[in-house]
Amino acid sequence: MAINFKQRSILPGFGLTLGFTLLYLSLIVLIPLSATFLKASTLTWAQFWHTVSAPRAVASYRLSFGASFIAALTNLFFGLLVAWVLVRYSFPGKRLLDSLVDLPFALPTAVAGIALTTIYSPHGWIGRYLAAIGIKGAYSPLGVVIALTFVGLPFVVRTVQPVLADLEKDTEEAAASLGASRWQTFSRVILPAVLPAAVTGFTMAFARAVGEYGSVVFISGNMPMRTEITPLLIITKLEQYDYAGATAIAVVMLVVSFTLLLAINLLQKWSSERQKKGSAADSLAPDETLTPGLALQEG
Amino acid sequence: MAATITLNRQSAFSSAAGVAEATTEPALVRGILIAIAALFLGLFLFLPLAVVFAAAFAKGVSAYFVSFREPDALAAIRLTLLAAGIAVPLNLVFGVCAAWSIAKFEFAGKSLLITLIDLPFSVSPVVSGLIYVLLFGLQGLLGPWLAAHDIKIIFAVPGIVLATIFVTFPFVARELIPLIQAQGSEEEEAALTLGASGWQTFLRVTLPNVKWGLLYGVILCNARAMGEFGAVSVVSGHIRGLTNTMPLHIEILYNEYQFVSAFAVASLLALLALVTLVAKSAVEWKAKQQHAALARNWEEVTV
Repeated sequence: MAINFKQRSILPGFGLTLGFTLLYLSLIVLIPLSATFLKASTLTWAQFWHTVSAPRAVASYRLSFGASFIAALTNLFFGLLVAWVLVRYSFPGKRLLDSLVDLPFALPTAVAGIALTTIYSPHGWIGRYLAAIGIKGAYSPLGVVIALTFVGLPFVVRTVQPVLADLEKDTEEAAASLGASRWQTFSRVILPAVLPAAVTGFTMAFARAVGEYGSVVFISGNMPMRTEITPLLIITKLEQYDYAGATAIAVVMLVVSFTLLLAINLLQKWSSERQKKGSAADSLAPDETLTPGLALQEG
Repeated sequence: MAATITLNRQSAFSSAAGVAEATTEPALVRGILIAIAALFLGLFLFLPLAVVFAAAFAKGVSAYFVSFREPDALAAIRLTLLAAGIAVPLNLVFGVCAAWSIAKFEFAGKSLLITLIDLPFSVSPVVSGLIYVLLFGLQGLLGPWLAAHDIKIIFAVPGIVLATIFVTFPFVARELIPLIQAQGSEEEEAALTLGASGWQTFLRVTLPNVKWGLLYGVILCNARAMGEFGAVSVVSGHIRGLTNTMPLHIEILYNEYQFVSAFAVASLLALLALVTLVAKSAVEWKAKQQHAALARNWEEVTV
């Protein structure tokens, strides 16, 4: 290894482990992904654009992205609430609820899909009450939003929890001693501190929801132009042997996924920098102060 | 009420009760927030779990067990176990190699490598399956060559295994990398200077330190491997008794209105999910114990 590629170390095994890592990564991830873009490049730009902007495709984007956005927003609000309750309060059953939050990570999507459909279908435990007031739970966009809320539930909670737990109490106490009401303290002191983590969680929930298939495909009803999500459109095209069309839409989804992945990485960097700045400010000696000019440059 | 609901640990050390009261909400607000959180979690988490078991036993216990004697169900369970049995060890080896090379060394392109390893997480399951169809399918890049040699990958078991490997690719690596990074390299370097070989160092120094995180990564990887639906659905061909995993079999049963059988098979996967959650709590508890023991040892050494 050239010295400027890797720092010197006495630990052995770099060549072997990195070599295997790169080989496995290429075989499993990189080469198949390139096959997709290679296949997509056999389409002309006009064909590609025609496929991805067809009315049925656009309707599916609107459902997939729209429902994911609403679901992620719901999870942002309730996730903050749940994280707050789990970190700040003590009550019987807290430990159980805390472990249960991870259920959407552990439960297979098909199981979640049939369970949610059973609950919200017109004769289901909740669906019957919704039907009584004229709302369609399953087989409607609302069903899609419910399924996507389930799928994205842990993200905001798990990204906000550690940040909330690490918040120093002294800023809150200072605000209280200066006469702030509890709501003012929460909205002006606590909320801005957890905002980066919350936004990161929101984006992760959104990214997961956009690509979700198993949980949604049972509850949505899959009517083209109305309740058909984009992944299902890809499968439908595959079943009709329209490989080019399926690939074109897959490329759209891949571009969106990679963009969201980039956004999440940037958000996580912002979040950890915020946390570092917060703890750095706390560790200043009494006679040291951050000069305003310095603070502006760092911001 | 205020006496029994404990405030967070920092204010528990405050002497002034006035300070403690100023940094939390009135009891009524607390109660309402807890109720809302419990309602939300109950609605979205507890209810689906409950309905799986309720529907599985809706026609009684014997109907539940009869669902598992059906040959297609047994074949689906076998295929699921096979796919997970291949995918999880392979991804375990990969995870360990990747974690060693990433966490113990500094090199150019490290963050790019980490991002690439995270890629399967961000790709939709259906697209994950599609990329293998485009590579190995009849109309794919390698399709003609595979057909000429009579090798079936797509719509056969190898395709299912490949798709499962792809979607569970990052689990072990993601679990191990921060863990090994946090451990630092001092213990390994000490072992090496004392004459241990690379393998001995790895097996007797690194591995014991990360064993709980590793175990949890394997459990997560396994849960996802057994439960994968979208990616396997695309590559499988849905041939009953041959290329259906448990989630695909559940889909078939559900679409044929055989609800008890569908939920019976689903209940097995739900039990697996519960085991995963329990394992996570156990690993966190063990890790905390290990941490506390290390802190105690450090105090004894430095005091």
